[in-house]
Amino acid sequence: MRLIDYANPTRFLGLVGVSLKWIAAATAIAFAVGLWLVFMVAPADYQQGETVKIMYIHVPCAWLSMFCYVTMAGSALGTLVWRHPLADVSAKCAAPIGAAFTFLALVTGSLWGKPMWGTWWVWDARLTSVLVLFIMYLGLIALTETIEDPIRAARAGAVLTLVGVVNIPIIKFSVDWWNTLHQPSSVFRMGGSTVDASMLVPLLVMAGAFTGLFVTLHLAAMRNEILRRRIRAMRLVEASRAE
Amino acid sequence: MSALSALFFRELKLAARIGGGAPMGSLFFLIVVTVVPFGVGPDMRLLARIGPAILWIGALLATLLSLDRLFQADRDDGSLDLVLAGESPLELVVLVKCLAHWTATGLPLVVVSPFLALFLAMEPVAIAATTATLAVGTPALTFTGAIGAALTVSLRRGGLLIAILVLPLTLPVMIFGVSAAVAAVSEPVPFRTPFAILSGLALFAAVLGPVAAAAALRHGGE
Repeated sequence: MRLIDYANPTRFLGLVGVSLKWIAAATAIAFAVGLWLVFMVAPADYQQGETVKIMYIHVPCAWLSMFCYVTMAGSALGTLVWRHPLADVSAKCAAPIGAAFTFLALVTGSLWGKPMWGTWWVWDARLTSVLVLFIMYLGLIALTETIEDPIRAARAGAVLTLVGVVNIPIIKFSVDWWNTLHQPSSVFRMGGSTVDASMLVPLLVMAGAFTGLFVTLHLAAMRNEILRRRIRAMRLVEASRAE
Repeated sequence: MSALSALFFRELKLAARIGGGAPMGSLFFLIVVTVVPFGVGPDMRLLARIGPAILWIGALLATLLSLDRLFQADRDDGSLDLVLAGESPLELVVLVKCLAHWTATGLPLVVVSPFLALFLAMEPVAIAATTATLAVGTPALTFTGAIGAALTVSLRRGGLLIAILVLPLTLPVMIFGVSAAVAAVSEPVPFRTPFAILSGLALFAAVLGPVAAAAALRHGGE
């Protein structure tokens, strides 16, 4: 089965119809396990106390904010290079979800920063680059919403998405390149994670749960978008017949 | 009266729908506030001091950029001519259009400004004062801007010209808005004095703006 075989929207809809409820169920179970681990099992930090629990929401949201953009960039490539008919649907539907995850990462980071750093916000490299990512998401949504024709909107959005990819490595490595208040990466790094297993396991479970949430929302949004476009096409046919 | 309220809701609907661009003003506001620390540096004490001015400049620019939509779309689809020929007094029509325009573009700026103030490390008192001055001041900006929008309605590329025409007229609002917001945190001047003048300016603009804009529309329409 190659990627092009899913180019048929009807086949894609059939696949989504079968798999979506299982993915959603797996996501719900992962969230149940993850939240239980976070609030019942994971220890409070000796320095931060219970506020460390914010991490289990903040870090997955921040990962997803970048993952979602990379998904959009891949879809944008699919739109521009292969003209894959589902790629622009995928890119368009990922944008609001990515914006929501970025917003959640910013808000939870702000709520965490107030007790830990004593301020809601600092203009350090990591926070600023994530804020720029949030603005780029909103700009992309605004661009695709402004252009009425879905195909043209997708092309324009794809170009902008690929241009914006430069921000992703800046976000990822901002904590290493600049001396920032935001702590450097401690989970994925050379020489193993510095996070203790008692916190790392709940964090990874939550990350899996959030990824499942993204996949569920993304597939559901793509299904809705395909149906919405069919309705639009039917209306256009109807209108031209009436003339 | 029902014609005017119908007009009000029509404007709101148009602003909210695809291509209406109502949320774009707030997004632009966010970007302006984000850009300033790149220019002046991330010093939080400095940002907190100039915070009210940054928010005011951001709100002013966001208001100016959305102004060309006030009459342009109506002229393009011909509904402006209908309004001109209609029975409702043109001054009231412009007033209602300005109010609807402010509800769609100005009010969101006021709502997001406390959150943007957090980016600038402003104190709670300063945040409250700035939000209050923006709530009173942004309608004045819209009413004043309506004059520029009406003058340039027949021009194809009126956007930049509106800003050039309107910016000098908005300076008094800007001065008293920022000074009221700053007075709330610093001692010598009380908050009430500049705030009262700002409110007076807003009421003045609510009268003068629609009258002048209506005159400009009448004469611009040939």
